[in-house]
Amino acid sequence: MSELLQFLFSGVTVGAVYALVALGFTIIYNASDVVNFAQGEFVMLGGMITWFAHQAGIPLPIAAFLAISITAAIGVAMNKLAIEPARGAPIVSLIIITIGASIFLQGAAQLVFDKQIHDFPAFSGNTPIRVGGATILPQSLWVIGGALAVFVGLWIFFTRTLLGRAVLATSNNRLAAQLVGINTNFVMTLSFALSAGIGALAGVLATPITLTAYNVGIAFALKGFAGAMLGGMGNPKGALVGGFLIGLIEALTAGYLSSQYKDAAAFVVILLVLFVRPQGLFGRKSTDRV
Amino acid sequence: MKMTPKLATLLILAALVLLAPFLFPSNFYYRVGALIFVNSIAVTGIVILTGYAGQISLGHAGFAGIGAYACALAPAHFGIHPALAVVLGAAISALLAWLVGRPILRLKGYYLGVATLGLGILISMMLNNERQLTRGPDGIEVPELGLRALLKGWGLDLTNGQFWYYFCGLCMILGAWLALNLHNSPSGRALRALHGSEVAARTVGVDVARMKLQAFVISAVYASVSGSLLALQNKFITPDVAGFMHSIEMVTMAVLGGVGSVLGAIFGAAILTLLPQVLTVFAEYEQLVLGLVMMLVMIFLREGLLPSILRKLRRKGE
Amino acid sequence: MTKTTAGALCALLTAFSLAPAAQAEIRLGASISATGPAAFLGDPEAKTLELLVEELNAKGGIDGEKIKLVLYDDGGDPNKARTFATRLIEDDEVVAIIGGTTTGASMSILAVAEDAEVPFISLAGAIEIIKPVRPFVFKTPHTDRMACQKIFEDMQKRGFTKIGMISGTDGFGASMQAQCKDVVGDYGIEIVSDETYNPTDADMTAQLTKIRNASGVQAVLNPGFGQGPSIVTRNYRQLAIDLPLYQSHGVASNGFIELAGAQAAEGVRLPGTALLVADLLAEEDPQREVVVAYRDAFEEKTKTPVGTFGGYAHDAFLIFTDAVARAGSTEPGDIRDAIEATAGLAGTTGIYNFSAEDHLGLDLSAFRMLEIKNGAWTLVE
Repeated sequence: MSELLQFLFSGVTVGAVYALVALGFTIIYNASDVVNFAQGEFVMLGGMITWFAHQAGIPLPIAAFLAISITAAIGVAMNKLAIEPARGAPIVSLIIITIGASIFLQGAAQLVFDKQIHDFPAFSGNTPIRVGGATILPQSLWVIGGALAVFVGLWIFFTRTLLGRAVLATSNNRLAAQLVGINTNFVMTLSFALSAGIGALAGVLATPITLTAYNVGIAFALKGFAGAMLGGMGNPKGALVGGFLIGLIEALTAGYLSSQYKDAAAFVVILLVLFVRPQGLFGRKSTDRV
Repeated sequence: MKMTPKLATLLILAALVLLAPFLFPSNFYYRVGALIFVNSIAVTGIVILTGYAGQISLGHAGFAGIGAYACALAPAHFGIHPALAVVLGAAISALLAWLVGRPILRLKGYYLGVATLGLGILISMMLNNERQLTRGPDGIEVPELGLRALLKGWGLDLTNGQFWYYFCGLCMILGAWLALNLHNSPSGRALRALHGSEVAARTVGVDVARMKLQAFVISAVYASVSGSLLALQNKFITPDVAGFMHSIEMVTMAVLGGVGSVLGAIFGAAILTLLPQVLTVFAEYEQLVLGLVMMLVMIFLREGLLPSILRKLRRKGE
Repeated sequence: MTKTTAGALCALLTAFSLAPAAQAEIRLGASISATGPAAFLGDPEAKTLELLVEELNAKGGIDGEKIKLVLYDDGGDPNKARTFATRLIEDDEVVAIIGGTTTGASMSILAVAEDAEVPFISLAGAIEIIKPVRPFVFKTPHTDRMACQKIFEDMQKRGFTKIGMISGTDGFGASMQAQCKDVVGDYGIEIVSDETYNPTDADMTAQLTKIRNASGVQAVLNPGFGQGPSIVTRNYRQLAIDLPLYQSHGVASNGFIELAGAQAAEGVRLPGTALLVADLLAEEDPQREVVVAYRDAFEEKTKTPVGTFGGYAHDAFLIFTDAVARAGSTEPGDIRDAIEATAGLAGTTGIYNFSAEDHLGLDLSAFRMLEIKNGAWTLVE
């Protein structure tokens, strides 16, 4: 029993990180129909900038705030310089643009920072909390709490605020949204800032557990992408559930079946789900416009 | 005789393969050339899948992995000649593509992307983890093809670099010829119709599912053969050949060059194979430049490098 | 159209073939994974080579001839490594190659070097690189098999018979895992639990829980490099597992203690080299001088802690320069013969004695069993 509990703790800790990345994917997808493969780099930037600022003597909370703001600004720049000019390009081109951005950010990070592995102190110490024979680190609670808080915040934003609905309207029909007076460019800027900020937040919260380096982004991007697709692209609820599910599947497979194939299990589940529900667990069924 | 685009493409390719060596400052360039040709074979498959049929794959390196490891494993375990192992690898790739293609190809856009991504990752994971068979991430030796020795017996004495240059060049031209034939066949027209609009293609009686599957299987074979040639040439292979980054590389080469035509895609393969060699001068900036090139080309030259360059030239000529 | 395409290609080809042909220098080639998944190892290796070449040239080179280092970054991709090896030999006309950070890259380079009869000193661990012995291929790191033996020797001394293993699935971890399983029987030890993790994984508590619950486990061994072992060590303490933990030489650097945290790393043992315990070495230790000099120079220049892997590059360079000086020639064949005749050469990893049958030149004595106490390395016994 304590064994199962430990696997679950491991799964939700990692799953929360994936969920945060998946939420980031969702916001940009909602606003622009682009899947941003550079999402993982935002996580990396969040961790690396915080580390860099912190070791330069800046207190951790301020360093984290700096990291999130700078990353959000990078997200906005990416939208202005790379995504907006490519509007209307086919999906393959968009994939290559965002992967190009991801490689670019990695290249920049290794020049500005370095190629070593780094971390910074956990927010509430490293004394594990014992629950029913299993243990969880206080930092895990921060990550899980962060994922849930971001989700609730987004949910309120998208359903209760005018701006949030404007984002949804833009994703449904850009032209119609423009016609009713929504500033779609502002919506795009906002979405990229929000998404990059959430990615950076994931990096800030997770680095004391996962450590960080200039090249950790791609792994987060793949898992987060998988989580978002599993849940159904464009749906925050799907992203949250998808992210946690991937984390749990990995931990339970590692615990009960084979640690070698735990990543395989996650992808097998995704393939099976997509065969049955091609739009993901919570996705809307799309219809082709002819 | 009026020159068809097909004939023109093949002639250009043949001329390049034959004439380029006169410009080589050293034997090293045979190696670079051979790599360009190997990559060209893979991207020709992407042209059929993405350029003709409009489908995305982020996992085609998986098939390259199957082709490569067939050449490493089949001769050792079944005593098959390496040349036959290439065929065996292609057959396994085709079979796998056919089996998973049907359910996968019902998906669209990014969902197809994640499904193919998963497929590629599963294959690369097996190559990594099944140590008893594949010897794991450190890689495995691949036997000598033996064709060079055979040619020597016939009086054609080539260095290793030269042999692989001409052999892969020949394979590339052969692959291009097959792809161009497909392009002009009824199947090719149906594929392109489907790229334009699946619904429209269906209404005029195209069996959409079957056509997509066909393109998927054919492109898998191209990837597999490219993997095999890489393995035979290097005489050593690691699971990296099946990795996610290799899948992305294939798609990027094709799209960057111009996924709409075989020549464009091959041009992309040449550029992206040469780029890291050119960038060694400032190695620290390699990733920065590569990422920048990918973004800039896709933003400003949307149909790809070659079509955009040609259009500019044509406009200047008018 | 034909013309323009050909023209473009021409331009590209000439663009990077303008290598100057000045030959009044010794051209040394290197292909190293300074980026990519093995950058953690390759980065210090590349920096070490640059540092040493600079140092040597400032002193006037070897017999007045300066060394020109041609360094390429293969990103850990064996295919790229093969291409760069070909370029080093055919285009840059180097007299020897150092490199191959990963075993895959080394295996790719060695085939090219062997064909061209240019000496190659590998920086990777696997035993396949030098077994069977190939005339032109040498290597500086211990094999992972030796690391296993050293660890099992220590376990045997402490009376352990049942152990758990948790290995990375990267080349380093997987290769060592296989070698350890191969030799473990010689020491009367049984592996009762065998788990793995991916190098990018963020949490290994599931695997460690499984190992803890396996019956009779007395110690745990973690072959791997990069961030994995640090996370394993942290998770190990999180789960309050009080069995002795062994790491591999893959994390033999002060960086590991920093990342795992001194508290979590307390009591961890691993087979390391003299490099980490430079100040603890006896005055008369033949390695002391070279180890201290390299450590000080590296840490001064890079401001990062010195590690075993940079040391491998240091030793490879030392072996090369020593051979060139003794051979009095820069012909690849002569350099090869001189390398094979290397005797009693003190490097950071150990004392090298090459022979026609042994192209590694180290024995188990070069490994020192280290234990982390109060955030610092100490020698066991």
